[in-house]
Amino acid sequence: MTQPLDYLKESPSQTAGPYVHIGCVPNFAGIKMYDGDLGASMKTGPVQGQEITIKGHVYDGTGTPLRDAMIEIWQPDAAGLFASANETRGTADPNFTGFGRTAGDMDTGEFTFETVKPGAVPWPDGRMQAPHITFWIVARGINIGLHTRMYFEDESDANATDPILTRMEHQNRVPTLLATKTADGVYTFDIHLQGPQETVFFDM
Amino acid sequence: MSLIKTQGGFITRDRGRQPDAYTPDYKTSVKRSPSAALLSFPSSISEETAPMFGHGMLGELDNDLIHNYAAAGESAIGPRIIVHGRVLDENGNGIPNTLVEFWQANAGGRYRHKKESYLAPLDPNFGGCGRTITGEDGSYEFRTVQPGPYPWPNRMNDWRPAHIHFSLFGHGFAQRLITQMYFEGDPHIKLCPIVGVLKSQEAVDALTAPLDMNRTVPMDSRAYKFDMVLRGRRQTYFENRKEGM
Repeated sequence: MTQPLDYLKESPSQTAGPYVHIGCVPNFAGIKMYDGDLGASMKTGPVQGQEITIKGHVYDGTGTPLRDAMIEIWQPDAAGLFASANETRGTADPNFTGFGRTAGDMDTGEFTFETVKPGAVPWPDGRMQAPHITFWIVARGINIGLHTRMYFEDESDANATDPILTRMEHQNRVPTLLATKTADGVYTFDIHLQGPQETVFFDM
Repeated sequence: MSLIKTQGGFITRDRGRQPDAYTPDYKTSVKRSPSAALLSFPSSISEETAPMFGHGMLGELDNDLIHNYAAAGESAIGPRIIVHGRVLDENGNGIPNTLVEFWQANAGGRYRHKKESYLAPLDPNFGGCGRTITGEDGSYEFRTVQPGPYPWPNRMNDWRPAHIHFSLFGHGFAQRLITQMYFEGDPHIKLCPIVGVLKSQEAVDALTAPLDMNRTVPMDSRAYKFDMVLRGRRQTYFENRKEGM
């Protein structure tokens, strides 16, 4: 016998279920609460940097768009600073929250984020990462939230030296992490839960 | 060398204790489960920061589901309960000032949602959601009515045990977690395919709240205690070598 290691264990995840909207975006679900839904707007005033729109769908393994998902994003401001108490490198744009949350359209499943193009942030060893946005997807049928990243197709120089993108074994899957520029300031980022175009999901 | 504790990256998530993505008894997971292996990397500042929400954003009734959707002078119908506990990290430290959101069916097992079709009636005084922010020791508390069990389309006769959904942030986005709380003694726990995605009885127990008579309000509300644990960060008294990959 040995002494027990007295660490606690992370609580097991359970699906967010079909009614995640009631708890996380109640106004979207028709329940008037809290003076609006958390994460509905990422800008609280004029923001620094380039304002962009991100649009996309989350597709299941049959190619059907999910219409009951909740998608969250977390990102730094245009200068690469996070609006977080853990940010020690400087003070982020006071008019930018960095946090977005949406259910997508109840009929089509399309999600939209009005945000800014993020600045680059460092990797733990000091190298710079390519600009990216963290995505987190929950829905009925997803037992534990899926974590991925959106990089920018038009940041090819930064992407070519990114510590994660360059270390992926299956380089042919890198495009699943790249947002496509469809108009000036507009990017499309589709997420495929399964199938030949399956998005790369992370365990970080 | 001075002994100053430094925080490293997040401790690797114990995927052996978390449910798998593909769990065919819970049918919806079949086409919504990634089949490739997850890509493992150490956390970086993108995962070690998180949105922080101030106590100032909370309304007075945000943590009182009995009254936060009720007409003036009225209240939700059902067994009155208090749910309380702490949000901790894997190192056993309380996580202060973090947002906790919760949602549930009403006492009859009916959700207030346009895609919900169960014949049990809505309670006009019950919305079904609330939120709070943890105190300095990671503690939280809210008041609600005990939700009812309800049938759901999976196999022909599946019922969810009574449960409350929780959404948690922590201080790093790597800690983001959604889970469910079950009630001690509910016979549906062992029959439910969603509970069934959990890999051990110990994991089921970790999501099952005991009746807590010490925190009941006599002649008013019973209480259930539910602690939740989010990922912790590596801690060391030694200076970390830079974490290259």
